[in-house]
Amino acid sequence: MSEIKKKKVKGGKGMNRRTFLKTTGMAAGTMVFGGFHFVRHTQAASGPFKVGFPIPLTGPYGTEAKDQQAGAELAIAEINANGGVLGRKVELVVRDTKLKAAEAARRAKELLEAEKVELMSGCLSASNQLAVNQLAKEHGVPYVSVSQANEITQRQDNSVYTYHEAMNPHMTTQAVGEWVGKNFGKRWYYLTSDYAYGWQMTDGFKRKGKEFGAVDVGETKHPLGTSDYSSYMPRILAAKPDVLLLNNFGKDQLNSIKQATAFGLKKKMQLICPIILMSARIGAGWEAYDGVAGGTSFDWGLDIPTSKKFVSAFQKMHGRPPIDYAGYAYGGIKELLMAIGRAGSQDSVAIAEAIENRKYDNYKGNQWWRPCDHQSQQDVFIVRSKKDTAKYDVFEHVATVSGENERLLRTCVEVGMNPNKPVRTGLKK
Amino acid sequence: MDWTVIVMQLFTGLSLGMLYVMLALGLSIIFGLLTVVNFAHGAMYMWGAYAGVSIVAITGNFWLALIITPLVIGGYGLVVERGLIRPLYGRDINYPLLLTFGLQFIMIEIVRIFWGTSDQPFSSPDLLSAPIEMFGVFYFPSYRLFVIVVTIVICSVLWFFLEKTNLGLVIRAGTRDSLMVRALGIDMNRIWWLVFGIGSALAGIAGILASPIRSVFPEMGIAMLVECFVVVVVGGMGSLKGAILSGIIMGEAIAITTLFYPPMADIVIFLVMAVVLLVRPSGLFGRAGLLE
Repeated sequence: MSEIKKKKVKGGKGMNRRTFLKTTGMAAGTMVFGGFHFVRHTQAASGPFKVGFPIPLTGPYGTEAKDQQAGAELAIAEINANGGVLGRKVELVVRDTKLKAAEAARRAKELLEAEKVELMSGCLSASNQLAVNQLAKEHGVPYVSVSQANEITQRQDNSVYTYHEAMNPHMTTQAVGEWVGKNFGKRWYYLTSDYAYGWQMTDGFKRKGKEFGAVDVGETKHPLGTSDYSSYMPRILAAKPDVLLLNNFGKDQLNSIKQATAFGLKKKMQLICPIILMSARIGAGWEAYDGVAGGTSFDWGLDIPTSKKFVSAFQKMHGRPPIDYAGYAYGGIKELLMAIGRAGSQDSVAIAEAIENRKYDNYKGNQWWRPCDHQSQQDVFIVRSKKDTAKYDVFEHVATVSGENERLLRTCVEVGMNPNKPVRTGLKK
Repeated sequence: MDWTVIVMQLFTGLSLGMLYVMLALGLSIIFGLLTVVNFAHGAMYMWGAYAGVSIVAITGNFWLALIITPLVIGGYGLVVERGLIRPLYGRDINYPLLLTFGLQFIMIEIVRIFWGTSDQPFSSPDLLSAPIEMFGVFYFPSYRLFVIVVTIVICSVLWFFLEKTNLGLVIRAGTRDSLMVRALGIDMNRIWWLVFGIGSALAGIAGILASPIRSVFPEMGIAMLVECFVVVVVGGMGSLKGAILSGIIMGEAIAITTLFYPPMADIVIFLVMAVVLLVRPSGLFGRAGLLE
């Protein structure tokens, strides 16, 4: 360690006092925390600070992935405008995962080993996230996950490097299920995208529904990326549900709602999406989504000061308002970069300590990092689709389900973590 | 299970099959006559959808779009045949295959540049937006019924054209033995040109017809093309009758599978293909030796 430092001091004609202090600080940090692992970081600590961003640009979630990228770009532009991170400019390195876990793993490996990224983010699917998280863990690089997954904060996958800025299916269904249970009939039917996201949403609704005496009148699973749902409709109609919960995402949500509307399902039941997407709503048109309600982590029309600031900056940069998934990417990446700045080093424990227990408000009102599993606690908003009064003005805000006091989260014990200790698993010695 | 559910399921299968029929017809007719495996067919379908979106955006009239779109895409097909495909006649079957394979990516990229990558909203026309009650027992989207009717009309017109007109006679003769037809003093280049245009126009209609049902985005043709190749192969390469029958079989196969075991719905068409090819290696109505 000291040898590297010496080399830098000797050879560094351009090295100013600041860089010198930072390097020394980092060296001191290593000694304090005894980590050998960030020798690698010190060596890489020149040139831009790269953030790896593997996302499913092609495939059924392509539209949302584009917005994730747009949110990430804004976060990085803002950080760079304030001098970057540890005195270095931040650079976003985007890769296409094609929504396949194996591809996500390949791209993540490439980002970590060839591009030498120092922060990972991205992904839009639990399986992709888990693959990237695993690699980030192995390489000792922090990963801030910006899409939904339950497992990522569970003992087996979670680690000191793992941060989950997004909501997860559990909290989403707790919040949306509560609202649906209070406002609609008791016969619930589930249209489930046949993989982790769909299963976990359906499972969460079934559990929450019991509190309200909801009856499970049927479930149909469809393969991810199905484009024609007509053959699913007769069975749903025959079950005569009061509520149809569409536990799917992206183009699948768009197509299933478009076709459910054509089949007249809305006349007989309320359509609910755990996550109702502005991107899909715009792609389908107002008639298809009219009256459909659901949860969201963010809507650009929120009356919250930080939201307004985020929306206007995003609008300025991209010429359109952000969707919820742009918010996750913006909030998550900004939060991690700021934490690295506050920590003044890239030591994983220092970063974790700069984040844990922190109350923050980057773009959607109050959030809180739970120390035991690095899950972000946040409010869930319930919105209903309406006829556009202006371009992008597609949702009306009908309720806010508070996420305070961990009421929407599984307990630390439930996710297999120690409630009294911050997560330190996976720490490289 | 209630019998109305099964009847309704058969209906959804029929409407699903009709989209395959429409797209597979164009693919099959082009292959039958030109022996061109047109990989750009899915992109033509996608362009049909985008042409529809744009025409509706400008004129606000779906019906006008339904008439103009096939003309635009058909016209584009004529240009493609004349400029790109024709120089490759007489060469190996792989040349036009590779050419159209590349062409589809160019077409997709053009759309990405001008319209972006996100989904384009496209609603069914007001007249056809409400579901209608069928036999007093279930509801069915009127737009899907309309798609079934349009497909039947187009198949009939195509059949009449091929079976009852002189030009149709020449086309059929050309499918059998183009050298012989040329020996009789008929300019086969013009016929091929025309047929490629008709095939493209059919893809264009399929594109606009599918838009109110499915999402409109640049890669929408890729998955559809794969499914349509399966339909054409099962029907028999180059056979119109085969394309129609196999399109309907595939639609029903998917619908029935969905009713009983949805996870299989994605792969059932490949299973049907495997079974058909085991029994009839050149498809239901295919002629042996067309590809050799």
